[in-house]
Amino acid sequence: MKTKHSSLFTLPYLIWSLIFIIVPMGLVVLFAFTTESGQFTLDYVSQVGEYTNVLIRSVWLAAIATVICLLIGYPLAFIMSRMPGFQQQTMLMLIMLPMWMNFLLRTYAWMTILEKNGLLNKLLGLVGLGPFDMINTQGAVVLGMVYNYLPFMILPLYSIMTKIDNRTIEAAQDLGANTKNVFLRIVIPMSMPGISTGITMVFVPSVSTFIISRMLGGGGNLLIGDLIDLQFLGNAYNPHLGSAISLVLMVLILLCMSLLNQFNGDEEREGMLL
Amino acid sequence: MKRFTCLVLCLILLTLFTSAAFAEDSVDVTDESYYTKFRGQNLSISVYNWGEYICDGSDGAVDVNAAFEKLTGIKVLYTTFATNEELYAKIKSGGASYDIVIPSDYMVARMIAEDLVQPLDFKNIPNARFLDEQYLYTDFDPEGAYSVPYTWGTVGIIYNTQYVEEEDTHSWDLLWDERYMGEILMFSNPRDSFAIALKRLGYSMNSTSEEELRDACESLKDQKSLVQAYVMDEIFDKMEGEEAMIAPYYAGDSIIMAAENPNLAFSIPDEGTNRFIDSICIPANAKQKEAAEMYINFLCEPEIAAANIDFIGYSTPNLAAYELLDEEMQQNSIAYPDQTVLENTEAFTFLPSQISTLMDKLWTEILSNDENYSKWTIPAFLLVGILFSIAINIRRVIRQKRENML
Repeated sequence: MKTKHSSLFTLPYLIWSLIFIIVPMGLVVLFAFTTESGQFTLDYVSQVGEYTNVLIRSVWLAAIATVICLLIGYPLAFIMSRMPGFQQQTMLMLIMLPMWMNFLLRTYAWMTILEKNGLLNKLLGLVGLGPFDMINTQGAVVLGMVYNYLPFMILPLYSIMTKIDNRTIEAAQDLGANTKNVFLRIVIPMSMPGISTGITMVFVPSVSTFIISRMLGGGGNLLIGDLIDLQFLGNAYNPHLGSAISLVLMVLILLCMSLLNQFNGDEEREGMLL
Repeated sequence: MKRFTCLVLCLILLTLFTSAAFAEDSVDVTDESYYTKFRGQNLSISVYNWGEYICDGSDGAVDVNAAFEKLTGIKVLYTTFATNEELYAKIKSGGASYDIVIPSDYMVARMIAEDLVQPLDFKNIPNARFLDEQYLYTDFDPEGAYSVPYTWGTVGIIYNTQYVEEEDTHSWDLLWDERYMGEILMFSNPRDSFAIALKRLGYSMNSTSEEELRDACESLKDQKSLVQAYVMDEIFDKMEGEEAMIAPYYAGDSIIMAAENPNLAFSIPDEGTNRFIDSICIPANAKQKEAAEMYINFLCEPEIAAANIDFIGYSTPNLAAYELLDEEMQQNSIAYPDQTVLENTEAFTFLPSQISTLMDKLWTEILSNDENYSKWTIPAFLLVGILFSIAINIRRVIRQKRENML
């Protein structure tokens, strides 16, 4: 009886994911392997090889952004999780607040901050520094990624770390572990699922972004997202090549994620993505 | 022609609130009885146009769509797009049906070639008599059977008079001038950028020769180190804020920018330039062809065309509407350059698919030419990754077995 009910409840979700997740994914695969007249071909997938430099640049910049997010987000999440309740709520609020604003607007604001005549250069000019070339560089693209996706790193880390009982840490200290050992042997292993989820949630959107590189990278730092965009809304209108690039990107991300998860023990897989 | 989407949204919202209350929505038309045909039949037509590309009743001007609805009783469902390619993807995929679309020249040619638009019945568009014939019979639609011109304009160089010598601005070479390194903006779409490079080298901007395209590609690669950014509508902010000194863009937009920053001027290089024409077409799968033709005729009404051109800032192909413009605008040599300048212009035509594919590919090359890797890097990485993953899993299974045995 119980199983019947629960299957009835999951039905809408199943239909939803079928229509909006499974079918589009199938279409991407179908488009990637067919020509315009519907014949099977490997041409488009092999053409993706010509864009290797764009792929590598995307993965590289996304990886840098992810590492920076982890370095900033990890200590912050730990400090937050050890705060009294009210302060925790306030901090959470502060982290979520920028996300209420539109993504495009936030990135657009960075343009005016980083420009040659922008806010930052004007401020630096007051103390006699600069002007620096900040916008239209790869650094600006990474900055945009870190700024936009940092909350996705902090939140999963924070939610895992609140589960770490203070008594565990105290017990380790009682048994003679110094701060370094407590951190390396207790806190990091216990927060592993959060690290893994955080990395996934920052890396995946970073690697496929296109608007950040266009607005902050000046268009000269093409990323894989721009390339896909160009196939669908560009001059040539080539959805088949676009799908092939998307497919390669998906496989690449899947592989990166599964590699990452190999480093976790079986018992720590709870609460992780993939 | 290409504006920021959020601006469009703001405007749409604004018009929703203001237009109903303030706008004047009755107009004088040439033949009122013509518009009564469909009254009371509860018809509706869907119109797909560029963002900010029709007079919407702000500043007390006429709200064109509302005026049409009031005059004819036909409801207008109005939506907007941002690029020709977006319009094409929508029409080609067949997902939506429109009665009126307003693509640019080369896209009109492409849609004619692929039977996506249908011939117009000019008996239903008597106001076509007001149109300048050089815009009605064009390279992309020689018989003028499929399209009615809506606006036109030229591409030229917008420059800041404080930093750039006027005498340098008569050639596209300005965009390759090393003295202005880091001060130059460039189009972020391949068609417009290649057009400039091709024109500068003395080729046609509709070149279908692979060699000429590769030449243009090389010169764009040379230019890359001088270019500050590849942008479209960001040009407005960057030029008005003096973030950059030189940018190629549309004549009509330069008038708007110069109104914000009087240091900005516009010049059409001597090598010649692109003249774009945005034309009204009826898609092949339109549901209300006659009502759509009535809408086209309405857009050709001199008073309506003048209001639209006033709002858009581009140039009008409608001779009667031109007469209604302010004298200052009529004399404006940016919007209405001499016939000698116009004769030296080219409109985009539709390129065969292998050429536009090549152009896209070269464009990607230009934007990412700084590093080179073997095309086997990715497959090799995938292989190593998969092997690594398998190895770890095998080790885990072996370890588990051993543990179970203990």
